[in-house]
Amino acid sequence: MSQRIPVKELTDSFRGRAVGALADDQLRTNFRVAMDSLMKKRADAFPDEEEREGLRELGNHIKARALSRVPDLLEQLETRLTANGVKVHWAETTEEANRIVHSIIEAKQGSQVVKGKSMVSEEMEMNDYLAERNIECLESDMGEYIVQLDGEKPSHIIMPAIHKNRFQVSRLFHDKLGVDETEDVNELIQIGRRTLRQKFLEADVGVSGVNFAIAETGTLLLVENEGNGRMSTTAPPVHIAVTGIEKVVENLRDVVPLLSLLTRSALGQPITTYVNMISGPRKADELDGPEEVHLVLLDNGRSGAFADAQLRQTLNCIRCGACMNHCPVYTRVGGHTYGEVYPGPIGKIITPHMVGLHKVPDHPSASSLCGACGEVCPVKIPIPEMLQRLRQENVKSPAEQPKVKDGGAKYSRKERAIWRFWASLNTSPVIYRLFLWGATRFGKLAPKNVGPWTENHSAPVPARRSLHDLAKAHLNQGDR
Amino acid sequence: MSELFYDAAPNATRVAPERPRPRTYPAKPAEVTLFGTCVMDLFFPEAGLDAIRLLEREGIRVHFPQEQSCCGQPAWTSGYVNEAREVARAQLNLLDNGLPVVVPSGSCAGMFRQHYREVFAEEPDTLERVEDLAERTFELTEFLLHVCKVDWQDLGQPTQIALHTSCSARREMNTHLHARELLGKLANVERLDHDHESECCGFGGTFSVRMPEVSGAMVLDKTRSLRESGAAEMVTADGGCLLNINGSLEKQKQTFRGRHLASFLWERVSGEVKS
Repeated sequence: MSQRIPVKELTDSFRGRAVGALADDQLRTNFRVAMDSLMKKRADAFPDEEEREGLRELGNHIKARALSRVPDLLEQLETRLTANGVKVHWAETTEEANRIVHSIIEAKQGSQVVKGKSMVSEEMEMNDYLAERNIECLESDMGEYIVQLDGEKPSHIIMPAIHKNRFQVSRLFHDKLGVDETEDVNELIQIGRRTLRQKFLEADVGVSGVNFAIAETGTLLLVENEGNGRMSTTAPPVHIAVTGIEKVVENLRDVVPLLSLLTRSALGQPITTYVNMISGPRKADELDGPEEVHLVLLDNGRSGAFADAQLRQTLNCIRCGACMNHCPVYTRVGGHTYGEVYPGPIGKIITPHMVGLHKVPDHPSASSLCGACGEVCPVKIPIPEMLQRLRQENVKSPAEQPKVKDGGAKYSRKERAIWRFWASLNTSPVIYRLFLWGATRFGKLAPKNVGPWTENHSAPVPARRSLHDLAKAHLNQGDR
Repeated sequence: MSELFYDAAPNATRVAPERPRPRTYPAKPAEVTLFGTCVMDLFFPEAGLDAIRLLEREGIRVHFPQEQSCCGQPAWTSGYVNEAREVARAQLNLLDNGLPVVVPSGSCAGMFRQHYREVFAEEPDTLERVEDLAERTFELTEFLLHVCKVDWQDLGQPTQIALHTSCSARREMNTHLHARELLGKLANVERLDHDHESECCGFGGTFSVRMPEVSGAMVLDKTRSLRESGAAEMVTADGGCLLNINGSLEKQKQTFRGRHLASFLWERVSGEVKS
């Protein structure tokens, strides 16, 4: 792999991080092996193409319908949850969401938080926010626990530590927890489990995410495979759920197909080991469960995506991760290359709404538009179409008023001029044929180094006669 | 919170388009237009000519309008909508004569059949012509298989080949299925599978120069799996992939090469072996 670009200069860019990741053979093997296995699991979980496509269509319709009514559904959700005894909080920014979470913990004089897996809490960087305020926030999902222990961020939305293999985890546990190295995955899990068990009992507050928030019944649905979600939401006296506003769905009937799509697309499971349905705090006659339940609903740029009919489809996402599992770019560069919370194809289309295109200017272009992501998306988000649209917004001049947060990040007079020239060449048949004539006659004189192309390819040499010429001679019928 | 959504009402939420029904094909026409594509024009003109020969062999008169250039895809995928639309409009005007359009490249055919709708989304009058063009556009292998219903005698020596299908051709035009079926008609040709066959070769138009490291890693993997398939050569119906894969093989100083499916097919059915 070419290392010629100045990595130092580019460490803050997608391309720079990609160069580092591509040079890491272990990382690439870890991802390739894991993604291959996940692709197979998904394929096996949907043996019937008709059923799969019908279900995807249904999933798309359910989410589209929910999104079209999202303001009403959110109000209904709040009403139902409040009636069930859950306190609902609204946050427009991650800062606001963190303040809300902190104030709930502070009111309980809490100092220990145990967290089930939640990508929204990653969006908020909740662990750091709370740590700065002397509150320990421990990840209880095994993958999240591993990355937290190593001071890393998740590299996949449902398998946070997928970039590490068991040997790397074994070394990490040895270094950080002082246990003997072991290559036995079960033993490694038991080590994590013993540490976490105690923490569940000690924690003042449990934090979790939400997979579906059901408006009609005021139910928070959470799927997981390790039981840590159930522990985090039931053992501590206070449970705080954090989620994005796009997770609301109309009713429980809608959840059935969505749940099936989610678990089969994600890990190829017919259903997860645990499906938690949380509808309120412990009632007077109940023996267990939290005394308080809170829901924090976060916007963080989602309403920006919502405001545009085309880009709104981004919010269909149910966070299964299938798009990254099938992405040839993600498979090669891994999740950390994206530099943001959500990696892979969904990360490329949702992150710009959250942080603005200026912060992730390469996100829309880091794709060959191969379409593998859109093909597997369980709710049929046309991801390549979203990427193309973001590219449009990314090259707009300020005067053209980009419609995405901090759009126009890639606006360049020079590049615009090149495309103007390209357009005039391709719309003037005489000049185009003159160009063909020149390129085919003098193509051999072209430089042998044509920028990035020749890093991976020999210099392209035009043929000696163009198809225009050959066809004209062959058909012998002049201009037609 | 709901005031965040004040402008929601005029924006009806989109639902995914209906799944396309299997395409119904017309009877074999007397004449067609060949849209040669800009990559073939400059780098693989012989393959374009072989496509013409294959069509003529089926008794079809082929037109090659000298005013044609590019379908507009490079600008479209780079986000330069206005420039793409200008170029697209020139092709649309040129091809507006009711003749079937045969394209020896899946991604360009996909541009006509799928993306012109998006390019001209805001021009209702043009959209009618776009739909008409979409209806008349056929990728070469699809046209030979389903419209010409070719019945070939394989005149070539026994050989083993690998088939690479461009992603847009695969997902927008089902080219991989058509090409497989066409190759299946050749008695002496065995098609060998290769590892991660459905994965992108890394070309992606301007992606290959915007993200050369990632694109390079992809084409390296693709060329490796093609070589390891045991095939004597690779065939593909897409000029972009061919440029990418052959350019990479040459850079790696490999002897293995790919060529355009049209040239391969012409060689098998005509018995002409070119140097």
